[in-house]
Amino acid sequence: MTLWTTVLLASGFAFALKFLGYVVPHQVLDGPVVSRVTAMLPVALLSALVAVQTFTSQGGGLTLDARAAGVAVAVGALLLRAPFLVVVILAAATAATLRALGWA
Amino acid sequence: MPEPEPFLADERRKEVLRQCLSVGIATGAYGISFGALSVAAGLDLWQTIALSALLFSGASQFAVVGIVATGGSGAAAVATSTLLGLRNGLYGLQMSRLLGVGGLRRVPAAHLTIDESTAVAIGQPEPSAQRLGFWGTGLAVFVLWNLSTLLGAIVGNALGDPKRFGLDAAAPAAFCALLWPRLKSGDARAVAAVAAVIALVVAPHAPAGIPVLVAALAAVVAGLLPSREPRDRDDLGDPSASPDLGEASTSPDEETPP
Repeated sequence: MTLWTTVLLASGFAFALKFLGYVVPHQVLDGPVVSRVTAMLPVALLSALVAVQTFTSQGGGLTLDARAAGVAVAVGALLLRAPFLVVVILAAATAATLRALGWA
Repeated sequence: MPEPEPFLADERRKEVLRQCLSVGIATGAYGISFGALSVAAGLDLWQTIALSALLFSGASQFAVVGIVATGGSGAAAVATSTLLGLRNGLYGLQMSRLLGVGGLRRVPAAHLTIDESTAVAIGQPEPSAQRLGFWGTGLAVFVLWNLSTLLGAIVGNALGDPKRFGLDAAAPAAFCALLWPRLKSGDARAVAAVAAVIALVVAPHAPAGIPVLVAALAAVVAGLLPSREPRDRDDLGDPSASPDLGEASTSPDEETPP
């Protein structure tokens, strides 16, 4: 799959899902189970993305490196209610600094 | 684009528009990090712009570039992005009731149906303010998100080697910040913990991108089990009951002075 195919397919599906909400009869998608699964999906996916992108190397093996320090600082910033951009920049700066110092 | 709502007092109109703008600015600001991460992941400027203009859903966009960056397949990127976008379908279902749109107007309405526009809309007590909040927030976020994506992509291109600037740590930090406001209930925190463990256990044995999809099963199982917290079962109509609305610091009640 080329990058363009990925971009356009992801965009197409994203719009189709949004549009579906406006055209399907309301009873089809309403219900506590559908609501709960839909609310929990982003939680599971985002958490898995954090774990994989923080603790795995290219081959999928577990590692601990500058990224983990960056994410730890990000969590600290989130606890202090820092805005999104500050959280992201602090994480990047932490990892970059540790690498520049040769510590990770 | 729709006319301004005629039956809203000037005072209220300004109040709602101010909320739209502040959410737009807060969200737009992190479009910069998306643009930078996207070009660092190997997408070119136009692909980055296309994601913000056409996909237009923050978490899904970050997932696509995150999975591409770590060598995952296009199929895994599309699948993860689509699963993340399922919630927008439910928002659409709800917005179609509030907005009363039909025909071709459903196309821009659907495109602007995201966490932020839905959150601001359902946060308003009266129907005309709900509609104004939806369209105003949707448009403000759309314009600012795309402009800041462009800015971020240009800055990212100028930076060069992503590792030197710690951009590989910025990506999981961005996911953390997107996850944070969704962790208010105990159920959500349990799902997050289980999903992270599943992903790490599967990671050494599966191609990149797949562990995240396997971890999605945690959400499906949690949804099928009865809730420990009755609050979670509330209809999406109550914004305070939904852990799903408002990404990072963009939830309207945090951004706007009371």
